[in-house]
Amino acid sequence: MVTLRINGEKHTIDVAPDMPLLWAIRDIIGLTGTKYGCGKGLCGSCKVLLDNSPVQSCVIPVSAAIGKNILTIEGTSENLQLLQESWVTLNVPQCGFCQPGQLIAATALLDKNENPTDKDIEEAMIGNICRCGTYQRIKKAIHKTVELKNQHS
Amino acid sequence: MSTIKNISRRTFVKSIGLASGGLILACNTSVFSEKEITKNLVDFNPNLFVQLNSDGSLILIASRSEMGNGVRTSLTSIIADEMEADWNKVIVKQATGDAKYGDQNTDGSRSVRYLYETMRKMGAMAKAMLISAAAKKWQVPGSECTAKNHFVTHSSGEKIGFGDLVEIAKTLETPKEYVLKSPKDFKYIGKKLRSIDAEDYVKGKAIFGLDKRLPNMKFVAIARCPVTFGTVKSFDKSEALKVAGVEAIIEIPRVEKPFGALGGVAVIASNTWAAFKGKEALKIEWDFGDNKSYNSKTYMAEITANVHKQGKVAKDVGNINKAFKNAHKIIESTYQLPHLSHAPMEVPNAVAWVQGDSCEVWAPTQAPQTTRKEVIDYLKTSEEKVTINVTFLGGGFGRKSKPDYVVEAVMLSKELNAPVQVVWTREDDIKHDYYHTVSAQYLKASLDKNGNVTGWLHRFALPSIVSTFSPGVDYAAGFEIASASNIPFDIKNMKIEVGKALAMVRIGWLRSVINIPHGFSENVFADELAYAANKDPLEFRLNLIGKDRIEDTQNEIKYNTARLKNVLKIVVKNAEWGKQLPENHAYGLAVHYSFYSYVASIVEVSVINKKVKVHNVFTAIDCGTVVNKDTVKAQMEGSAIFGMSLAFYGKITAKDGAIEQSNYDNYKMIRMHEIPKVHVEIVESSEKPTGVGEPGVPVIAPAIVNAIFKATGKRYHNLPLSDYGLV
Repeated sequence: MVTLRINGEKHTIDVAPDMPLLWAIRDIIGLTGTKYGCGKGLCGSCKVLLDNSPVQSCVIPVSAAIGKNILTIEGTSENLQLLQESWVTLNVPQCGFCQPGQLIAATALLDKNENPTDKDIEEAMIGNICRCGTYQRIKKAIHKTVELKNQHS
Repeated sequence: MSTIKNISRRTFVKSIGLASGGLILACNTSVFSEKEITKNLVDFNPNLFVQLNSDGSLILIASRSEMGNGVRTSLTSIIADEMEADWNKVIVKQATGDAKYGDQNTDGSRSVRYLYETMRKMGAMAKAMLISAAAKKWQVPGSECTAKNHFVTHSSGEKIGFGDLVEIAKTLETPKEYVLKSPKDFKYIGKKLRSIDAEDYVKGKAIFGLDKRLPNMKFVAIARCPVTFGTVKSFDKSEALKVAGVEAIIEIPRVEKPFGALGGVAVIASNTWAAFKGKEALKIEWDFGDNKSYNSKTYMAEITANVHKQGKVAKDVGNINKAFKNAHKIIESTYQLPHLSHAPMEVPNAVAWVQGDSCEVWAPTQAPQTTRKEVIDYLKTSEEKVTINVTFLGGGFGRKSKPDYVVEAVMLSKELNAPVQVVWTREDDIKHDYYHTVSAQYLKASLDKNGNVTGWLHRFALPSIVSTFSPGVDYAAGFEIASASNIPFDIKNMKIEVGKALAMVRIGWLRSVINIPHGFSENVFADELAYAANKDPLEFRLNLIGKDRIEDTQNEIKYNTARLKNVLKIVVKNAEWGKQLPENHAYGLAVHYSFYSYVASIVEVSVINKKVKVHNVFTAIDCGTVVNKDTVKAQMEGSAIFGMSLAFYGKITAKDGAIEQSNYDNYKMIRMHEIPKVHVEIVESSEKPTGVGEPGVPVIAPAIVNAIFKATGKRYHNLPLSDYGLV
């Protein structure tokens, strides 16, 4: 039995410790917002925050997440929420499948860097593939979120 | 062409997935034949439905699939606009796969094109009925009433909500007369409307096929033969059964149909990971079959040889031999493009639950009716026993028009007597796709002493999509020839020939389909001709397109060379073609007509230390009437990236029949750090709406190659550019 803390809630589950976190989240706990895209840590669809660091949950074993705070797309954080609003305002998603991973990656960026440059954004988002090609809007939505935050602060 | 009726009191309302109550309008629209339309008019088999409830909610059944195309939003907005409905009161319900919804295939960039007129008409009729209902209630002439923002208002100022008019409107016949809005009064059509599903997408709430869960559902992974249509000789499941969570392992046969299951060994488990792990632990001996001789290198050499000799003549206008004989200059080039894989972010997957002779499916599918038919055929059951629920699609691009993955789920649910979810790994997806064709193309043209093109020979060999349906077909089919023979160039002597190419994998349509190879060769070759004629590629191209005229393509919409030249002129203006660019930077252009739309792109590349970077893409599209400007813009932005991915990295190859690529590390996609700025201009037009999802793709790769030539003087004829070490 392992206990995972996801979006502030504890889940005790009976899984092998080497099961990738992704499948524990999706198939055992039943939170399906985190997506399977490649299984090799290549596409970023499965990104979650582990103690505020972005990880590809498809290659992280459950054992590595024990005792840590896991944030998925179903959870909330200040930056995630603001980014989600910008995402909607700029109509970023096309098919929408990769967007949870994109939003988690962007959240991790803004958590660490309040005023990212284009280059910072490119570096932070390089691990996330969008086959529909929404990158330009993702970049704009991150900038827009920063602008809104700066206006309010 | 279509009839709209008030079916509020009909008993079949439940069967279309709507609760009874409310004002329900149904329309029979047919996009097939005159005969079918006539039949529908007589029998009134409605297939489009809209329901207004007394709480004011407006429910529209979306018959087309949502895969990033924005179709749930655009189709709905057409009705809502004509009806004067409040956008916030609109709810979209996804249709199951059923002929009663009409043609549901979401492909060919045609959802809006086919349904626009009918949707407008339905909205206008609903509005007219609501006005009649209010007039009846107030005992005033309808002419004194107007509808706006979900209310009907009388000239006296009295006002009533749409929902409060439902009970009266329900009793009315649909009007014989109704007025369509003037385009200048459109509130949603032609404007920017954000996706109706955007909130769900960003919160992880949209349910894709992969997200469907049923109680006691089994998760299944399938090991398929590395070589297309190979079969299982024997297998050892002992190691796989030791994997925690693996419950059973069974062999499944191939279903020999175009969209049948490939067959293989299925691992049934309590979670996806156990199924994947169990699959890896299987030891299988395969009988590879005939396709094991498929080697991309030798195959490309063969089809290239086939385009370097006389082929089957598909079009022969004027006298090409005479043109070549009298030429001032002859130019010839050969282009080679590899297979591509769709690789949508969401892998193929399906949930099926067979109970007795009934079956319910939840799947991301572009073709719910085709899917239903495959399930009916497999189970040998009747239509009413099979329900196909369409989930959100995590990308489709044509892959999800082919329901082989659904057939697998149905086979296994039946076998196991339990609900199952079949999940393809990314490796399964890349290795067992219905691939975009591989092609060799040879073009030869003659120039006169003024640099005009006097003769044009286009010879190509590519395994046809038809081979998937008729095994053994080894020449391109009519629709694959048409995009080459309908080329909008004003050339007197033209010949199109096809060479032999036998399919050795499953061939399928991928976003833009045949327009990818033809758009590439035609645009690169035209650029080569321009330089050979010592002319600016733009001027040369305008001259090649020739005078304004309407060309009959034997299709529903004739193409207009003036519209083609117009999009070219727009990008030329936006990019400031001819201006001084930074050192090592250059522009390249391409223009293409497909899916009845006109698209031109200019790309700006730099080539520094033999590495290409794309900085800007200027695209203009003329797709007739625009329903949702933001969707069209988004599709053009996405098309630029899709086109770049195939230009830079797209390459699927086979060795001894097995596909060599497996995942996003060796079948790469464009990522954030590589993107250009994409500038889109959409032509204002009141012409019929035409395709949007696909026509933006074919221009990108040739425009990049043309820009690289301008920057470096080197001409690249083949894709992807990664093969040349350029990216």
